[in-house]
Amino acid sequence: MADDRESVFASLRASLGRLERRTPYPDYPADAATPPARRGTGPGLFRQRLEAGNTIVIEGADALAGLLRDRGVRTGYCDPDLVPLLATALGPEFELRAGFDRNRADDYEFGITRASAGIVETGTLVLKDQHTSDRLGAVAPWIHVACLEGGRLHETLAQAFDDLGDDPNVVLVSGHSQTADVEGIMIHGVHGPGEQVCLLLESEKETETGP
Amino acid sequence: MSRQALDAFAAGIESEVLEAIEIGARSGVDKRLATLTEDYADADALRRLAGQVRQHTLDHLDEYLASAEERLTSHGAQVHFAASPDRALEMILDIVRASGTRVITKSKSMASEELDLTRRLTEEGFEPVETDLGEFVVQLDGDRPSHIVKPIIHKNRRDVARSFERCGLGDYDDDPETITRRARAYMRDKFLDARVTMTGANFISAESGRVAVVTNEGNARFGLAAADVHIVLAGIDKVIPRDRDLALLLSLLIRSATGQRITSYVELVAGPRLADRPSGPREMHVIFLDANRSSVVGSDMAPILRCIRCGACMNACPVYRLSSGHAYRGVYPGPMGAVLGPLLAGNEGFAAVADLARASTFCGACRDVCPVDIPIPDLLARLRARSVREGVILARAGVPSMAGYLLLARHPRLWRLAMGLGRVLDWLPLRRLPLASIRAWFDSRTLPRWRGAQFRKDVKRGRREQEDG
Ligand code: SF4
Repeated sequence: MADDRESVFASLRASLGRLERRTPYPDYPADAATPPARRGTGPGLFRQRLEAGNTIVIEGADALAGLLRDRGVRTGYCDPDLVPLLATALGPEFELRAGFDRNRADDYEFGITRASAGIVETGTLVLKDQHTSDRLGAVAPWIHVACLEGGRLHETLAQAFDDLGDDPNVVLVSGHSQTADVEGIMIHGVHGPGEQVCLLLESEKETETGP
Repeated sequence: MSRQALDAFAAGIESEVLEAIEIGARSGVDKRLATLTEDYADADALRRLAGQVRQHTLDHLDEYLASAEERLTSHGAQVHFAASPDRALEMILDIVRASGTRVITKSKSMASEELDLTRRLTEEGFEPVETDLGEFVVQLDGDRPSHIVKPIIHKNRRDVARSFERCGLGDYDDDPETITRRARAYMRDKFLDARVTMTGANFISAESGRVAVVTNEGNARFGLAAADVHIVLAGIDKVIPRDRDLALLLSLLIRSATGQRITSYVELVAGPRLADRPSGPREMHVIFLDANRSSVVGSDMAPILRCIRCGACMNACPVYRLSSGHAYRGVYPGPMGAVLGPLLAGNEGFAAVADLARASTFCGACRDVCPVDIPIPDLLARLRARSVREGVILARAGVPSMAGYLLLARHPRLWRLAMGLGRVLDWLPLRRLPLASIRAWFDSRTLPRWRGAQFRKDVKRGRREQEDG
């Protein structure tokens, strides 16, 4: 497809050629925008921030079974790698499907996939493509359960951006899907999950530091 | 013409619309302020820092743009450059035709408004679906967004419920939750049908090529899970130097736009999906739109291109709040639109929108809230000067002659005399003077009581006090 690359760059260079002085890149710490009160790390603080930001936090497969039972749901998508672990723990009451059939998208009442890390500053789950078995399985069902194994935590947003690697698609998830488009009234569950759950599979004994 | 086009538009707005805008804008102002004050001891220092990062990028845009292109290409994305909105449209049409899709899901993108994209795709036989709830309502109504963050700030729930009913999305029900559930159900099928999804970009990192898109609804996320082809349409000004700048810029953007610390979703897309994954786009196209931006960099108007589209300046602007975004007659409303609109219109289009630079009281609220420290009032003043230099008639409408002021300002004695006599103005029926421009001016303003000559008196008194020790 022919495009206008040359003319755009020629115009840019002509315009920039007029500049006598170009603004230098400022020397600043990458976490300059992390508020002092939101510093600190550790599973406890992370959990607190997740909950404050509309993410439900549970620990262990029993708690998951309790939550799903409470919501009255039994069929969902599950990352194939997690099926052996969770199917036994959840028992026959729940049907975990290891593939997401897009023609039957409404059949999946929940979706279970892995999270790659967490961000303490903002109470955020990091979903990288390399750890997400199926993007649709994570976004389409009403309930999304993100399993965070080993509790890999970044203290700040800046640290998380430093760790993106070459993953083609990283999603930072902070709470459930929501909108305030109609009269500014907050409604949850627009296109993404109406309930965001973080399942901590083994809480790491990290040292807790306060803000 | 006796009044500015914007004033004429504002005079005809229904009070219900003004009320909706006032409530929406005020809540934006309050939430932004609450979060920034709670989080930072010196938010102004951060605004200046972010402004410098953005200005640095613009001053080296040729290098950063080339770097972003190189990185994206190395990840398997296809990069295109469009000199004009029409050229961008041609490129989009080529891509969607090749994909064989009919349905195209779209996330919010102001650049796509520059192309009038939804309407034009529909004319070409496609079914574009605006998936942001606010933009969806705009599409149902054949309307235009009136705010860059809250597209339907001018509508209340009853308007939305009527639109849903009219378009067959259920019986009239103005409960926001019902409206949202209906939109969810309708849109899911579209997401699963569409082979192409489009997003804008909040930022594109020159270092990694990563495209950052923020949403709360999860529409971009669903699109990026369900479609085969992802098209990003972004102005060339969206580039930033490095990934590390994302922390600073996203933190300020989100706090300024919605008062949140982070949105529900931040998508960071660097290329097509991993080959062994079952879902996500196999093909990614990034279209960089110029549309006169390249002629603005390097000029004294370049700071407007630092804009990160947070909408804070319109929330804070008394003129926007009393006139609505539609009064700005273009894609970008409010103070930033009054600067950007005339510049993007190019030399040929400038005269038709040059009057927008008059849509300001110069109170400076826009400059004070801007997360990238854009001196908007200075830029507006430069545009006003340009419209005078170029003799733009439209921009002069309703502006009383300044000849009298010029005469007095050049003759100090006359000035002193006039200041002394000015008290008479308090008693004259100025509103009734048979001069159209004066009448138009008084339509929306009241003169305060005369306080002329006070400054000279104060200076004299100060001097005397100094002499007396
Ligand atoms: S000009 Fe500044 S305040 Fe206005 S939208 Fe742009 S970044 Fe926000």
